[in-house]
Amino acid sequence: MFGLDKKDASLLLIVAVLVAFAPFLLNPFPEGSAMAQFNAGYPDLMQRFVIFGIFAIGFNILFGLTGYLSFGHAAFLGVGSYAAVWMFKLLSMNVIPAIILAVITAGVFALIIGYVSLRRSGIYFSILTLAFAQMSFALAYSVLTPITGGETGLQLALDDPRILDGANQTNNIPVPGFFGMEMRDSTDLVLGNWIFTFNVGYYFAAIIMLISFYVSIRIFRSPFGMMLRAVKSNQQRLNYTGLNPRPYTLAAFVISGMYAGLAGGLMASMDPLAGAERMFWTASGEVVLMTILGGVGTLIGPVLGAGMIKYMENIISKINADILHSWFAFLPDGLEDLVVTMIYPFIGKGWHLTLGIVFMLVVIFLPGGLVQGGQKLAGLFGRKKAEDTKTATTEPAE
Amino acid sequence: MGILEVKDVNKRFGGLQALGDVNLSVAENTCHAIIGPNGAGKSTLLNCLVGKLIPDTGSVMFDGQSVLGRTPFEINQMGISRVFQTPEIFGDLTVMENMLIPCFARRDGSFALHGIRSVFSEGELRDQAEQMLEEVNMLDKRNMHSASMSRGDKRRLEMAMCLVQNPKLLLLDEPTAGMARADTNNTIDLLKEIKEKRDITIAIIEHDMHVVFSLADRITVLAQGTPLVEDTPENIKGHPKVKEAYLGEAA
Repeated sequence: MFGLDKKDASLLLIVAVLVAFAPFLLNPFPEGSAMAQFNAGYPDLMQRFVIFGIFAIGFNILFGLTGYLSFGHAAFLGVGSYAAVWMFKLLSMNVIPAIILAVITAGVFALIIGYVSLRRSGIYFSILTLAFAQMSFALAYSVLTPITGGETGLQLALDDPRILDGANQTNNIPVPGFFGMEMRDSTDLVLGNWIFTFNVGYYFAAIIMLISFYVSIRIFRSPFGMMLRAVKSNQQRLNYTGLNPRPYTLAAFVISGMYAGLAGGLMASMDPLAGAERMFWTASGEVVLMTILGGVGTLIGPVLGAGMIKYMENIISKINADILHSWFAFLPDGLEDLVVTMIYPFIGKGWHLTLGIVFMLVVIFLPGGLVQGGQKLAGLFGRKKAEDTKTATTEPAE
Repeated sequence: MGILEVKDVNKRFGGLQALGDVNLSVAENTCHAIIGPNGAGKSTLLNCLVGKLIPDTGSVMFDGQSVLGRTPFEINQMGISRVFQTPEIFGDLTVMENMLIPCFARRDGSFALHGIRSVFSEGELRDQAEQMLEEVNMLDKRNMHSASMSRGDKRRLEMAMCLVQNPKLLLLDEPTAGMARADTNNTIDLLKEIKEKRDITIAIIEHDMHVVFSLADRITVLAQGTPLVEDTPENIKGHPKVKEAYLGEAA
């Protein structure tokens, strides 16, 4: 199917089904129940799942295949967002030109930054990309205020030209749309106590995510992808085999930068504003965490990692002390307070602590990320598959 | 005029004269061995041939073209393949993938995007790779993870990766170092077979005299960065200078 072998095609199909039914799957708990706060099926969060999924898929093409750890990928995300918002301001509220310009701009930036950074490898490469990203952040935050809006960020205004859309008749700032369908439009489906929300923006982003995922599978399976893995494995041999590693790594860098720009453009399409904080180094670090958490160099890993981190960021951070007290109300008073005091640092604003612990556990016990965890689980249920992967990864003594 | 002409090559590392006025001519379709005691400059010379080091003075011509100032991948594209002292292969990849990479390099040059088609739709290159694997008796291992193989197998794979490119010149840097006797003999047989079957020039650096004398058509003895003598194996065996510099202490 689509030039994929059976295994990859079924993976793509599974992801497509999961993404299509996400509004149901992510809302398993009825409205108003105690567990309802664990529901993730609201448009804003679902959009984030797929958009950061795209970001991580792209990052994995660079990091997973070539092993070059970029610490500045958020710069491309930010550049994409700015480009998209400018398109909304100047040309049209249609998301298509905005996304196209976002991808192209990010690609050009990636070409320049990659050309310089890829002169070094290892830690020096990471530091160079980090330096470039922080420079971009500084530029966006202060120096280039007329273009980027500085601290307040770039926003739409009533008097923006929007050449293709014609004069604005109303007194409302228009919203981004796809040929008449507004990104923020939602339909609710009420089934008993359950409310499922179907959002235009989510499905638009999800389709683009599936396309990106498909392209990434093709890259992984192509001779080009094999060369990238060869770069990671042994650059010396690659050189002495008559291949120049530099253009391969640069191409991978630009492709992953374009993925980041696509994610940035989609973010701006869902909510048309762009701020410099999207380029901050913590944002670059986040995509590294997503990729490692999910499984470096695996196809589906980065998407899982992105989903996991965004879920924790949005769900765990919402839990507060009152909710904890209500959960542990069955315990005797003194004990209840003790348990709540112990758990409290890990929730709300402390969700980073929980993330840190999860991340450590994964890296120590599942170096292959959540994907490896899944394989181990599958192995527990007596599948032969786990056996195969085990023999492939253990390295006998020479 | 040989396929490889090294003229008056000098290389200094600080105060150490690693190579002094090295002249070497390797004739086409022969096997030329370079021997010498430790520190004689054998590896330095080899590195000057493949673009890893640039000599201070002198010239290195391959097939009528200078190799100086070219990067290793450009030199490989000219037709020189190198086997390393410790096998350098793509450990994260399968044996088949290891074989396909040099095939792509030969067909598409030093960089190509190769389109987005699957690796396994490249029937012609696959056949080429499989044929080569057959030749080195490794076809049954084609789906193995190459890092998990024995050292001897890695060496054979590396040799196959170089040979599948059909190089004009094959450089071997101590191909049997650290090998068991049986593996060494296998390697000798393999190299002999290659010599007979193909139009290929081989330059070999080796410590093991058994290997050298069973393969080489000509031998250059290097000592302290300068060639001592160059002659046929028979004459080298009895040469007094060589005995003094090398065989004397080894024998």
